[in-house]
Amino acid sequence: MAAVQVIGVSRRFGALTALDQVSIDFEEGGFYGLLGPSGSGKTTLLRLIAGFDFPDAGRILIGGESMERVPVERRRIGMMFQNYALFPNMSVADNVAFGLAVRGRPKAEIRREVGQVLDLVQLSDLGSRRPHQLSGGQRQRVALARAIVTRPKVLLLDEPLSALDKALRLDMQVELRRIQREVGITTIFVTHDQEEALTMSDRIGILSDGRLIQEGTPEDIYEFPKSTFVATFLGESNIFTGEIADGGLMLKDGTLLRAREDARPERTRDRLAVRPERITIEAASAPLAFPESNVVTGRVVSSTFAGNSRSYLVDSAGHTLKVIVPNDGGERFEDGAAVRLRWSRESTICIGA
Amino acid sequence: MTIARLLRLLGRVYIALVLAFLYLPIVIMIAMSFNVSPFYQLPFEPTTAWYAALADNRPILAAAWNSLAIALVAMLLATVIGTAAALGLHRFDFAGKRLLQLLLLPPIAIPWLITGTAMLVFFYGVGIGRGLHAILLGHVALALPYVVVAVSARLATMAPELEEAARSLGANGWQVTTRVTLPWIASGVVAGALFAFAVSFDQFVISYFLATPGEATLPVEIYAAIRKGFTPEINAISSIIILASMGLMLLTARFFRFGGET
Repeated sequence: MAAVQVIGVSRRFGALTALDQVSIDFEEGGFYGLLGPSGSGKTTLLRLIAGFDFPDAGRILIGGESMERVPVERRRIGMMFQNYALFPNMSVADNVAFGLAVRGRPKAEIRREVGQVLDLVQLSDLGSRRPHQLSGGQRQRVALARAIVTRPKVLLLDEPLSALDKALRLDMQVELRRIQREVGITTIFVTHDQEEALTMSDRIGILSDGRLIQEGTPEDIYEFPKSTFVATFLGESNIFTGEIADGGLMLKDGTLLRAREDARPERTRDRLAVRPERITIEAASAPLAFPESNVVTGRVVSSTFAGNSRSYLVDSAGHTLKVIVPNDGGERFEDGAAVRLRWSRESTICIGA
Repeated sequence: MTIARLLRLLGRVYIALVLAFLYLPIVIMIAMSFNVSPFYQLPFEPTTAWYAALADNRPILAAAWNSLAIALVAMLLATVIGTAAALGLHRFDFAGKRLLQLLLLPPIAIPWLITGTAMLVFFYGVGIGRGLHAILLGHVALALPYVVVAVSARLATMAPELEEAARSLGANGWQVTTRVTLPWIASGVVAGALFAFAVSFDQFVISYFLATPGEATLPVEIYAAIRKGFTPEINAISSIIILASMGLMLLTARFFRFGGET
């Protein structure tokens, strides 16, 4: 049984449909990323699970129990907020102890539990500090400790890392996963940062306009996006449109592209996607090594150096294609150079509109 | 002399003038309460005779106690009711909420003479009548908007996530209010309480309308005394009040930083 089940949940605010019949299961102990642009409904979904808001239709189950009319304080959730929301009038230890104190646990037990969880987040020495005396990363850890000390059934994270600078954020991503694995708590993580979702999550749910567009492991969604939206929102993609032809897709200039064989309905075969890093760029005059590849020719429009890689924009028969090449010391192409792009049939995916 | 130095000098002179304008009358009044001459005649000859006389002035002392008691009770009532109202307005959405919030402000701007007349007529009409109880009731009503405004201003600075975090940790409504919300708004509550005390303690017009002969508050009694003939005893009681209220203000400012970050 899934730790959290969302079944056909809809939520409307006036004329706006924030969530439209979303169903998703969150398995016990998993780390789930809810990813989507702002206004996609991901935060609304998180607040419905938390109980700060209630659905207009559908049901939410936590630990198999219906949460209908169950208020936040009786849902046994833990939540971390973007601004940490630490209580400014309390010390770090009192902040962490809050959830146990309001449940009336004995003082000795509270002290022991708080000590343990502060050890876990490596803040044992700072128990007597006030929140305003802490750095951003330390506040983060206090917020996490406070959220998990009550042993909630599910941990809800609302973009908790977005206020940190990049280096600290990468540290905290690793740290957060370490602690989550150690505690084994089911975690739902809302983010608009696709890289964060990819690196941290066991599974990702992608939302757009209140709908759950695709759900799966990061690899699955990245390699097999179901739609143009997913293909371009999660990472970058080159999208080809054309006429469905025998064995593939016919571009305007007559080039035939072949896609990998999978169970896509016929109507979605008129749109193909290929990731920029899957494309090999070479001089148009070089001998063609893999004749069974998909091949197009074009001219380099611009190139951008990014340290460990270089990206090219190539104009080819009406499509502007992006190619990312690792900085492995290979050939470089100047703007205007005539180039040939090739990629395998396996790298070519059929997507819907 | 550069222009910058000239401007700085001008600034200092300006501040000195403002402070003089604010405090000179008070300083003179306090000085005269220690002067022998009842007609402000110089040279200054120190005496504490007026304070001794004050100790025997029964009407003034009785009125002072009335004022103090009414101000304290009015402060307490207005602070409790006003804080609860501000919390209610903050937490709940209900029909007519905006209207109610708007209606809280005009009483601050309506001239007290008019409010006083209205209260007198109304209290007389519904049988509350006049007297200290009527004065107390009037003062609570007058002070209430100040408390609501002070507490609401503080509540507006509180991130909603703070209360949400408390609820997510299992705190019920009462626990959220007492452990998270009240500590956050404490400085607003204290500011509102001070306003309420001041509004009641300073109040003349409404007290004058609602007072009965022999049972008055201090401002009403002072007014009556001045009409009979001014004595420096008035300076003496005024000096005591000024020192006490300034002491209270400084004490509060020492423990709370109004409006600032906590």
